[in-house]
Amino acid sequence: MTTNVLSPDTSGATMPVKPPKRRIPGWLKGAIWGLLAVGVLAIASYATGVNTLTSTNTAHTALRLALPILLCALGGLWAERAGVINIGLEGMMILGTWGAAWGAYHGGVWAGLISAVVFGALGGLLHAVATVTFNVNHIVSGVAINLLGLGVAKYLANLVFTPLSGNPRQSPPVPKFDTYSATFLSDWLSDLERMQRVFVSDLAGILNGLVTEVAPLTMIAIALVPLSYLVLWRTRFGLRLRSCGENPVAAESLGVNVYLHKYVAMIISGGLAGMGGASLVLLAGGADYLENQTNNRGYIGLAAMIFGNWRPGGLLGGAALFGYADGLQLAGGGTAVLALLYGAVILLAVLVAVQLFRRQWIASALGVVGAGLLYAIYWTNDDLPSDLIPYTAHFVTLIVLAVASQRLRPPKADGALYRRGED
Amino acid sequence: MSSWRTRLLPPLLAIVFAVILTAIALIISGADPLQAYGTMIGQLFKGSTAVDTVNLATVYYLSGLAVAIGFQMNLFNIGVEGQYRFAAIVTAIIGGALRLPPVIHVLAILVVAVASGMLYAAIPAVLKVTRGVSEVISTIMLNAIVGGIVAFLVNADQFGVQTGNNIATREIAETGRIPGIPILSGELFGFVFIAALIGAAYWFMLNRTRFGFELKASGESTTAAAAGGVNAKKMTLIAMLLSGGVAGLVAMPELLGRDFSYGITSTQMYGFTGIAVALLGRNHPAGIALGALLWAFLDRSAVSLEQINVSKEIATIMQGVIVLSVVIAYEIVRRADLAAEQRRVGRALAGKGSSVSEGGAV
Repeated sequence: MTTNVLSPDTSGATMPVKPPKRRIPGWLKGAIWGLLAVGVLAIASYATGVNTLTSTNTAHTALRLALPILLCALGGLWAERAGVINIGLEGMMILGTWGAAWGAYHGGVWAGLISAVVFGALGGLLHAVATVTFNVNHIVSGVAINLLGLGVAKYLANLVFTPLSGNPRQSPPVPKFDTYSATFLSDWLSDLERMQRVFVSDLAGILNGLVTEVAPLTMIAIALVPLSYLVLWRTRFGLRLRSCGENPVAAESLGVNVYLHKYVAMIISGGLAGMGGASLVLLAGGADYLENQTNNRGYIGLAAMIFGNWRPGGLLGGAALFGYADGLQLAGGGTAVLALLYGAVILLAVLVAVQLFRRQWIASALGVVGAGLLYAIYWTNDDLPSDLIPYTAHFVTLIVLAVASQRLRPPKADGALYRRGED
Repeated sequence: MSSWRTRLLPPLLAIVFAVILTAIALIISGADPLQAYGTMIGQLFKGSTAVDTVNLATVYYLSGLAVAIGFQMNLFNIGVEGQYRFAAIVTAIIGGALRLPPVIHVLAILVVAVASGMLYAAIPAVLKVTRGVSEVISTIMLNAIVGGIVAFLVNADQFGVQTGNNIATREIAETGRIPGIPILSGELFGFVFIAALIGAAYWFMLNRTRFGFELKASGESTTAAAAGGVNAKKMTLIAMLLSGGVAGLVAMPELLGRDFSYGITSTQMYGFTGIAVALLGRNHPAGIALGALLWAFLDRSAVSLEQINVSKEIATIMQGVIVLSVVIAYEIVRRADLAAEQRRVGRALAGKGSSVSEGGAV
């Protein structure tokens, strides 16, 4: 009942200009982008001779590295859809890494996962207390939580792990999730990859990396994307939660308990960030608890969410992009990143063609300049400085945000301070 | 309007709250909180700790000022960390290569420091103004990237010089250094006075110039400022550049007064501390100074906790609690003041003319 009353208001808020005419559905658009990306990578790997661009190993590493970013992005989505900016994801994630290692050491992987979620959710709860109840500026509180999360994790690690591992910066070895492969599928894909056909083999290589040695946590994380979409966009609770992020005063006037919804959203957000921490600790190939292992992934997750325009499907794309950039530099090093530059030149060429078709002269001119610059870097270097390679994902984040950020629409009351009964 | 209560009570409340909370944490972990606090305070009078505290506070003060300039305009320059490290490595390289007469050398180094800090701050500033990229995200990325830049530049292939196990930039010559003042068993940075001067300039700029007024106005309300003829984009750009310029000086006290070169192992995290210090001091130059001293004290005397087998991370927790509780405390005190003001006005209105003076005092 309330849903019906509420829906005209939110639709009014989301569509200030005109209802968009959707010629192609969202999932198809995503699939087209994905195929375009694979196509560009295929051409780049064929032209440069760097097979690591689309190898099984790269895809596998990319999936593992995309998970924490994906989970943090989902955490950011839940928080910001309810109108709370969550810079504190990083701190909640750090709490999650400690919780995961502690739980897994004492009670196995599943206990580790649960304890990571609980620790992250506690961070989220703290953020909710500060921002919702006490109206503290969201970014200030987030920064404080990042400080606090780091301090608490260090303190607890010193207290609990030092007697076990003899090193305050590291936990003792913890159990990891078992992995499962779709053997039948991956054999066929490996055969395809070995045939070295342009595009088909590249696609097979990437898919192969995504279906071999998959941990339950990976499946849960990926399942959480459609689940978040269904809950936030297809249930009464989700509509109310999003209305708190768009116009809390209107939501309040219609009987929505704004405080409650924001609290629930923040606890879920923190729990997801904590799970992101668990994915750093509990997956085979990842380190055990290690100081500074999150390495700004919480912030990159937030950037992935912004890149994804505050939508679950979009943030999946963002997380895939950043995970891929990270996985590629880890699997292939400088030469692979150079080959990626070549791919970027091709992508820019495609975009310039589109812009020319649309008669956007300035944009296409900028695109040509950018492509020329990247090609110059590619042409003059055989390798990139090894000190800068680990920061590939950060560079990609900056560039992508600079290129993509003007067509985005954040929730209207994102970061706004709200007090019950005040306009 | 802002009585001593609204100014001093919140930080005091926050510190008391933090002390109580960490005491609980200490008791849980089986330590004696009184002994721990006693050791920390006692450490202040041992050796050169007091002078070291002031020296470290100088660094934190500059960092806090840099962040505060952004805060005035509602800009979250999380990037002070990246800007100061970028400026430090660039300045160390150029300062080490320059051969100039004494005073001019120092001035040249300071100019390079400010310029390179501004340069690194210009990236997020331009991205924000032209492309609408949130400065929070972009500066965080740049903070991470600066680690790679420092590693790259310090590398022996570029500008690094290997001395023993440590690799760092070439040492800055005698002419480019700022002499310290020997006090007790330590040496006070000469930069302390420059930092104080910058604090005074910051105060003057904000409270006595038109630019400062416009900065604060556009921070309070962009629309209102725009109606008054202030270009918000220009102010964003200038505030970010100024912030970056001051951030460029953060590493200078140590570079010109103690280390003379910059390497991979050089200290980090001063930028993040600056955020906390600026919050603690409410962007007021004197407040930031007190916050910086408190922070430096916690950092310097935490080392002594190891002697009594207490983890020194307890100081980090204390700092985190202080930041969070200080902002909450400000909000609580503000609400209490607002309620008191409403009561006062209500009483004045009820009592008609007899208590106008009371109402007028609001």
